[in-house]
Amino acid sequence: MKDFAQLIKTFDNTNKTNIKVQALADYFRAADDKDKVWTIAILSHRRPPRPINTTLLREWAAELANIPLWLFEESYHIVGDLAETIALVVPKKEKSANKSLTRFLEEMLALKQKSEEEKKKYLFDNWQRMDYHERFVFTKLITGGFRIGVSQKLMTRALSKATGIDEDILAYKLMGNWNPNTITFQALVLEERESDFLSKPYPFYLAYALDGEVEGLGNVKDWSVEHKWDGIRAQVIIRNNELFVWSRGEELVTDKYPEFEKFVGIIPNGTVLDGEILPYPNGKIGSFNELQTRIGRKTISKSLLQKTPVVLKAYDLLEWQGTDIRQKPYFERRELLEKLHGEVVESEISPILSERMRFDSWAAVVKERERSREKRSEGLMLKHNDSPYLVGRKKGDWWKWKVDPLTIDAVLTYAMRGHGRRSNLFTDYTFALWKENENGERELVTFAKAYSGLTDAEFREMDAWIKKNTLERFGPVRSVTPHHVFEIAFEGIALSKRHKSGVATRFPRILRWRKDKKIEEANSINDILQMIK
Amino acid sequence: MYFDPVMKPPLLQFTDRGIYCEAANVYLDPWKPVDKAIISHGHADHSRWGHKRYITHHRNLPIVKHRLGNISIVGKDWGEAFTVNGVTFSLHPAGHIIGSSQIRVEHKGEVWVFTGDYKLENDGLTTPYETVKCHTFITECTFGLPAFSWMPQEQVINDINEWWAANKANGQTSVLFGYSLGKAQRLLKHLDSSTGKIYTHGAIENMTEVLRPLADFPKTEPITGDTKKEDIKGNMIIAPPSAHGSNWMRKMVPYATASASGWMAFRGARRRRAIDKGFVLSDHCDWSGLLAAIKSTGAEKVICTHGYTEIFSRYLRELGYDARTEETQYEGELAEANASETVKTKTK
Repeated sequence: MKDFAQLIKTFDNTNKTNIKVQALADYFRAADDKDKVWTIAILSHRRPPRPINTTLLREWAAELANIPLWLFEESYHIVGDLAETIALVVPKKEKSANKSLTRFLEEMLALKQKSEEEKKKYLFDNWQRMDYHERFVFTKLITGGFRIGVSQKLMTRALSKATGIDEDILAYKLMGNWNPNTITFQALVLEERESDFLSKPYPFYLAYALDGEVEGLGNVKDWSVEHKWDGIRAQVIIRNNELFVWSRGEELVTDKYPEFEKFVGIIPNGTVLDGEILPYPNGKIGSFNELQTRIGRKTISKSLLQKTPVVLKAYDLLEWQGTDIRQKPYFERRELLEKLHGEVVESEISPILSERMRFDSWAAVVKERERSREKRSEGLMLKHNDSPYLVGRKKGDWWKWKVDPLTIDAVLTYAMRGHGRRSNLFTDYTFALWKENENGERELVTFAKAYSGLTDAEFREMDAWIKKNTLERFGPVRSVTPHHVFEIAFEGIALSKRHKSGVATRFPRILRWRKDKKIEEANSINDILQMIK
Repeated sequence: MYFDPVMKPPLLQFTDRGIYCEAANVYLDPWKPVDKAIISHGHADHSRWGHKRYITHHRNLPIVKHRLGNISIVGKDWGEAFTVNGVTFSLHPAGHIIGSSQIRVEHKGEVWVFTGDYKLENDGLTTPYETVKCHTFITECTFGLPAFSWMPQEQVINDINEWWAANKANGQTSVLFGYSLGKAQRLLKHLDSSTGKIYTHGAIENMTEVLRPLADFPKTEPITGDTKKEDIKGNMIIAPPSAHGSNWMRKMVPYATASASGWMAFRGARRRRAIDKGFVLSDHCDWSGLLAAIKSTGAEKVICTHGYTEIFSRYLRELGYDARTEETQYEGELAEANASETVKTKTK
């Protein structure tokens, strides 16, 4: 554990990626095999289930620090991270015990079943035997969400350095479901076994946003155009008469989409499709809002299936007849996909094709992009006809070209402190629009929250203003004097009964601070309702 | 303004100009121009421009004169009592930076102490903090949260010196950010100059020149247009936080950056500044320091002026003090924390 804590400390002590990767590679070379597996699991967000709920953690940390609970909570709001707060307020008293990372994780796995008393004793024993960094790491393992400035990509790069295995192959091996408690380093990283690969998806190829003029891409005839669908990116795998559905977050979501079970038997074994899961009520593409009713559920009821069915809009074929065809050019993969689609199109549950369009001029592409909202897409995807299916986010062969967002001017009404690098700064804002009440008076009604879009300097300016213009405090949230107007951008809008304003926006974010506008000039709920078509 | 209609006004009142002693017609660290001001220390939020007459400690005179130019100012010794309209004032070491005082005010047997900014640890440079018994204690609480707990200076300085030596071994220049008045000289005083040369940013060189008559500092070399890149390599550079990310830094490549501040206790604060390393070193009290200071004054009433005032005064009330918060325009270490970010964004 000391080595792992030291590793995290090294990450903390540098802002340079190379140094982080080097430190992690060194760690992988030196660490015990079990610790390596756990480290990979933790850095790829496969932490053990949380053994103790955070309410208890907070109570016990306050007790051990000898401070009232409210004071612990206030400190937590300001520090912005629970494990860090605990690491800061709990004093070290006893000599440290040198247990391995694996030992700690095994103890945590066993802890879940234990009584509250035993849990408390376990925490008190350990917290006091650790220095600040160990306590932070230990508590972070309990609370989960281990985001410490090393992405899965960097972890894979370091592992590649340490083992000599190609990065893309490692990315593939580390995907999917594996249990760090039972798998060995040998089985996970070093050896290859066919049966392991049954459920394995391929790493997704992700596109960057087009950053220059579209004409800069060269000859329009070299490019294919698809609409960019606004659902859940997914790989659908049919192997050995089994179905596996993977979301882009590397989550196995097969059970959430029973619609796709019928693919087995229709689509031949040894097929992997890349596509978008889209809501499809009444035979038309629905809104992302509707899809959200499906995402959060553990069990999918019959009525929900009827109300919000989903379809797969397929756009690529990654495996065909059991062979990885990602290196074939895009147009060849598409031909195979279209052929497959043609063969199964008769059945009522077939995947839908994401149409591959070809244009004679970039001007025609621009025209097509303008039709995106009408087609219920977010914009266009531009794919080079010869492009292989790459791993991760890469520039050059694929570009996303979204439509310009919808915008509206809204008034800042509430603010909350941020987390991570924004801890102790008020950066999470709630915005309101005008609405006429039954007495004919205009009042501000909350319509969206946004956390991004201002520069660091603007955030600091807002932070200072908020601290001086607070009306009321509700825990970490403050209501502020309505004074500032912001232009808010969002991707889509739908009617919603769950929101007080009656509308739900998709991906709202701050576009500009309208210092030139008074709050009276902000938009109204009626204005935003007009945007729904 | 705090005012009790039945009884006489309190000895010190909080007005829109600053902390005011009506009986003496004197202000303590006022933020708007007044006739007579007693100044606790030389930081900009405490010693402002525009007063007719200034009173401060001898050791603060060079700082204030350097910053405010030709002003009417009188210097006092530690503990030297002076009377204005029957009110007795005296200055006592606050341990914050060179020349920083607590201001004691006594009238008809009632004693108030205003701390300005302070820390309890002897930093080897500043006249160490002395406890002053009082009835009402006006305290800062910049770091008034239990999440702040300082390591002994010796340990932090060792870490800094080790960091410098490790950077040097890696062929990197060390750039250490600290506020140009106070933190920079404290660092300078304790850096291990056997590791290499110490260079300074112009703002720090100027302030250090002002303070050289008051303390021993190692030799420093200001960075100028003529400074050669090869000469700097592997050495230490002390710079104000505002220099981070500016063009000024180009000459130091390859470098490792660090900041020395109480805010470095928070991971978020370190990451926000995009610096490599944070050293938790503050010229203010940590949580237990504040509580110990208050207890030793014997005060029953405590007024919190800047920092986490609401939270800290609530906790003091739970401990049985008659504690409250008053709005002031002091910034504590915030000014320093923000300075580093402003410039960085501008140059991006």
